Amino acid sequence: MAAPKQSAKEPVRFIGGHRACAGCGYPVFLKQIFSSTKDPIVVVSATGCLEVTSTIYPYSAWKTPFLHNAFENSAATCSGIEGAYQSLKKQGRYDKNVKFLALGGDGGTYDIGLQSLSGAMERRHDMLYVCYNNEAYMNTGVQRSSATQLGAHTTTSPAGKVVLGKTERSKNLTEIMAAHELPYVAQTTIAYWADATSKFEKAWNTPGPKFVNVYSPCVPGWGYHMSQTVKMSKLAVETNLWPCYEVVDGVYKVTQKPKERKPIEELLKTQVRFKHLLKPENKGIVELAQKFIDQRFEHLLRMEKATNPEAK
Amino acid sequence: MEKTILARTGNEAMAEAMRQINPDVCAAYPITPATEIMQIFSGFVSDGLVKTKLITVESEHSAMSACLGSAAAGARTMTATSSQGLALMHEILFIVSALRLPIVLADVNRALSGPINIHCDHSDTMAERDTGWIQIYAENSQEAYDLLIQAVRIGEHRDVLLPVCVSTDGFIISHGMERLETYPDAEVQKFVGEYKPVYNILDVDNPITVGSLVLTDYYLEHKRAQHEAMKNSLRVMSEVFSEFGKTFGRTYDFCEKYRCDDAEYILVCLSSTAGTAKAAIEELRNQGMKAGLLKIRAFRPFPAEQITNTLKNAKAIAVLDRSESLSTRSGPVATEIKAALYDACVNKPMQTYIYGLGGREIYIEDIKKVFNNLKDAKCGGQVEYLGVKE
Repeated sequence: MAAPKQSAKEPVRFIGGHRACAGCGYPVFLKQIFSSTKDPIVVVSATGCLEVTSTIYPYSAWKTPFLHNAFENSAATCSGIEGAYQSLKKQGRYDKNVKFLALGGDGGTYDIGLQSLSGAMERRHDMLYVCYNNEAYMNTGVQRSSATQLGAHTTTSPAGKVVLGKTERSKNLTEIMAAHELPYVAQTTIAYWADATSKFEKAWNTPGPKFVNVYSPCVPGWGYHMSQTVKMSKLAVETNLWPCYEVVDGVYKVTQKPKERKPIEELLKTQVRFKHLLKPENKGIVELAQKFIDQRFEHLLRMEKATNPEAK
Repeated sequence: MEKTILARTGNEAMAEAMRQINPDVCAAYPITPATEIMQIFSGFVSDGLVKTKLITVESEHSAMSACLGSAAAGARTMTATSSQGLALMHEILFIVSALRLPIVLADVNRALSGPINIHCDHSDTMAERDTGWIQIYAENSQEAYDLLIQAVRIGEHRDVLLPVCVSTDGFIISHGMERLETYPDAEVQKFVGEYKPVYNILDVDNPITVGSLVLTDYYLEHKRAQHEAMKNSLRVMSEVFSEFGKTFGRTYDFCEKYRCDDAEYILVCLSSTAGTAKAAIEELRNQGMKAGLLKIRAFRPFPAEQITNTLKNAKAIAVLDRSESLSTRSGPVATEIKAALYDACVNKPMQTYIYGLGGREIYIEDIKKVFNNLKDAKCGGQVEYLGVKE
């Protein structure tokens, strides 16, 4: 596991000067991903904040090969690069050991790119797919996605007089990926440095297809102060909204277990997108959200118990 | 050079060319009537006859996406598709040409839905005419085989660096058995040569960023560069056609002129209909009509000069379009020809037709009727449907 101090000494693969918002989560997890292997990494990204804020022509914040194709196909594009790599290596025309990283936001992964991701994983390409989940289409101005939480205000699920934010729960993508029977699947978030880097390190050291879902707070999309990104990330874990866990060859392990789960209100009150839920008349939505969170976490614990009885 | 004479369908001919080209990567998804190309090619992979890494993706969108990634990684990359499959690739076709990746695509022309139909027309490739791909239409299996081999050289030329689509008519050619002359593997390999990519995303020592966000300050310049590349392809294609002719003894051109030298009436069409037209012209010539055919092979780039030079001496021109653009005016081929003639200050009586959509047959008699109607053709004629049940 690469400690923050140690990773600060390594050559930088993603440099300052990019145009991400102050307080954005993505430069943090990029650091965690890059500090978890010394091997060269070829990066493919879906269209999204990460891509548009780091590659405005003729500038680039990337000191490692970077390719952007379109919105819904970063996994398929990466699979083509990996296929070419295998072909050229087999022919003796390429001799380096390279790792492949495909990136997409929750829009590019949970929604429009889900087929492309599923296909690439099923074909067992040797690549790590990292979804950075900020629970809405932030790049286009905060529209709801299938990762958006129940009750969240977005510009296409606005909290109005009749409809009070998103009316559906979020999709459980990590479980969909686990159902692909990949050698490594995990959920993490940026605030838990050791949790994140140890997972990326495991992923990088596992041959074949890997999937990591990173919870990545968004300052303008969620409505909190830019200094509070780490706190937002922590609150998601402390409330069990975003459990940190991994599935290694089908064996579950919950890697962060809050001693006492905080009620979801603790998180809701910190973000403008949930402001309307705090009104007494909207208590029912909060209770339902809490129910979904607890159900999902209990399911996770049952999966851990069933597949990994020794886990603590 | 020793040639092998075989009986092959269009799909078999395309697959054979692909075997001999021996690309580094193929990413493809099956679709009627192009399925066979990749099916046959998959057999070559399984039997170790090619070095190709086959990526059997879950859609055509992913096929073209994976092809883009592969080509950006410096691998010679090919795929095959048809109709809905090509339409599903649409978004990525633009990106491939803008990133200047010389992917070669074997398309089998099939009508687009709806209504759903599996037979031949050119609506699939005509819908992609503005995507920045070089488009070549083959009349028969031999042309499909020869042009696919040449496509590699054309697209990969340093002054071009554009993707190339070579297409055949669905079922008519793709599944029709014809005489095919093939060349020795080593000679084809020598002709296509080694692929030397201009940039490579796998070059980790010299990392580059590909697919940047290009805003108002540089987007126009990017498109201008593609425009220049397409212009350059006119010269490069001539060179490749000529070299291919010297090497293999069969010389190609942007167009084929059939009995045009003294022709008073010229019919213009693409692909397999040219074969039918040639038979009709022979009959009409026997009856004393000076009829000729201009078959267009390269639709992108559009060989305007060659076309206007051929048509300017005709008394009247007929243009057959095997796709609709539903403008209420002519189809895409006729529209391009009219624009080219206007630029050359040539104003000729012209009758334009939409025909053969969804695989509707076209017969010698239909073409003879088109020629006979030309005697009364005027300028400003409205588009007509040929062979339609009214």
